[in-house]
Amino acid sequence: MENKITVENLNAWFGSKQVLHEISLGIEKNGITAIIGPSGCGKSTFIRCLNRMHEVVPKAKASGKVLVDDKDIYDSDIDPVDIRRRIGMVFQKPNPFPTMSIQDNVVAGLKLSGIKDKKTLDNITEEILKKSALWDEVKNDLNKSGVSLSGGQQQRLCIARALAVEPEVILFDEPCSALDPISTSKIEDLMLELKEKYTIVIVTHNMQQAARVSDYTAFFLYGKLIEFGETNQIFKKPKEKSTEDYIIGRFG
Amino acid sequence: MKWNKRKLIDKIMYFLTAACVVIAIIPLLSILYTVTISGISAINLDFLIQLPKPVGEAGGGLGNAIQGTFIVVGIACLIGLPVGIFAGVYLSEYGENRFGHFVSFVADVLTGTPSIVAGIFGYTFIVLSFGSFSAIAGGVALSVLMIPIVTRTTEESLKFVPGSIKEASLALGIPKWKTTLYIVLSTARSGILTGVLLSIARISGETAPLLFTSFGNMFWANGLDQPISTMPVQIYTYAITPFPDWHAKAWAGALVLIILILILNIGVRFVTKRKYGM
Repeated sequence: MENKITVENLNAWFGSKQVLHEISLGIEKNGITAIIGPSGCGKSTFIRCLNRMHEVVPKAKASGKVLVDDKDIYDSDIDPVDIRRRIGMVFQKPNPFPTMSIQDNVVAGLKLSGIKDKKTLDNITEEILKKSALWDEVKNDLNKSGVSLSGGQQQRLCIARALAVEPEVILFDEPCSALDPISTSKIEDLMLELKEKYTIVIVTHNMQQAARVSDYTAFFLYGKLIEFGETNQIFKKPKEKSTEDYIIGRFG
Repeated sequence: MKWNKRKLIDKIMYFLTAACVVIAIIPLLSILYTVTISGISAINLDFLIQLPKPVGEAGGGLGNAIQGTFIVVGIACLIGLPVGIFAGVYLSEYGENRFGHFVSFVADVLTGTPSIVAGIFGYTFIVLSFGSFSAIAGGVALSVLMIPIVTRTTEESLKFVPGSIKEASLALGIPKWKTTLYIVLSTARSGILTGVLLSIARISGETAPLLFTSFGNMFWANGLDQPISTMPVQIYTYAITPFPDWHAKAWAGALVLIILILILNIGVRFVTKRKYGM
């Protein structure tokens, strides 16, 4: 496997509380890697370290290496803004910009980096909304508010917004936890399509979801990486006792 | 319906709160009523566009005072809005430190400061330095009252913007300053405009800070470095004279001032009406 991201000895803190301990793992290019584990085990913190969103929280810090295409994103000469542009993120709760229309939400990142040409923006809007499986539902309402959509549509709008800035990696932080099963399956289908072009990391509480969509699975517990391997192996033949306990629902 | 203690208390409490609403509204309605009844008869087009006339001469108006109020409040806005809004942005986005808490505290103290103190400030720093009462001195004095109100309401409105919105923007690779300027400020727009509106309404009616900064003038404005007439001061001047004709003009002036502030209120509500329901 070819790694898009290689994490080496990653530690993370909130104030003096260490939440990640010496995490090392590789994330496959054009694959879907799932991060599972009970609440508070550091899953979200881990993926927020991958696009330097962790440090946005006051008093949060991280150490270690995160190599994206063999370049450490924590090097002092790296601008976190560039990293976030290359590594997009979709959050737990859909969070479209409330004062913007559907179209403006999609192209927000582009508009704010100076692309003003209406024709270009219109074309990109259509292309991206088609890619995010939302075009047919909203093509006549592009000027309506982003928050007028249903929860599932809002989440696909957020995915579209992330795709529009042409990232290489997309991080999903429990993207379906606020959605119903139909919306969930739409987003899962979308992820499977997107992995052709993008590298995907998904944090999920839903074991079936991890099993359905991911190629690799990492199990986190108390801020440590307990086990990492192909999804099939993790779910069918976990090597660690605690992984097995968690997967069959004995705790968590 | 069966009566018991719980339902009785519920009814009494409901009645008490309703009674308090009535008590709170009585003075307001009574002011509006008195000002309207006493002022309406003296209002006509001449009143709005003419200069004051000497005692005993019929006619004349408050045209110069209306003009002067717009100029002085305008100057106050030019100084107070940028300073207040940016200070609010600082406090909300970067103010989680001792300096920030100190500034917040000072803004709170300033909000409660008697307005005459702002007048003394304008007098000491502008009038004495330039050697003359002036429109600018009045504007500066009013901006001192305006800044803490705008700062605090901006800060509060920005803090209401959900963190998830800021994170969404940062995660798109939008730099922090652009996130604050284009995403956060725009989401908090209606709250900030409400604060701006409140502060303008508040300073438009201030008399004390203007008495010894912009002073007064019986003629049209003739330069920002000259004394200038304003409505509150003109109303005050008319009201303390013994002439019934001028008393009527003071009432009419008060009515015009209230109507102007009302129009401002409605106008801003109209402009800031959310483009999308939330």
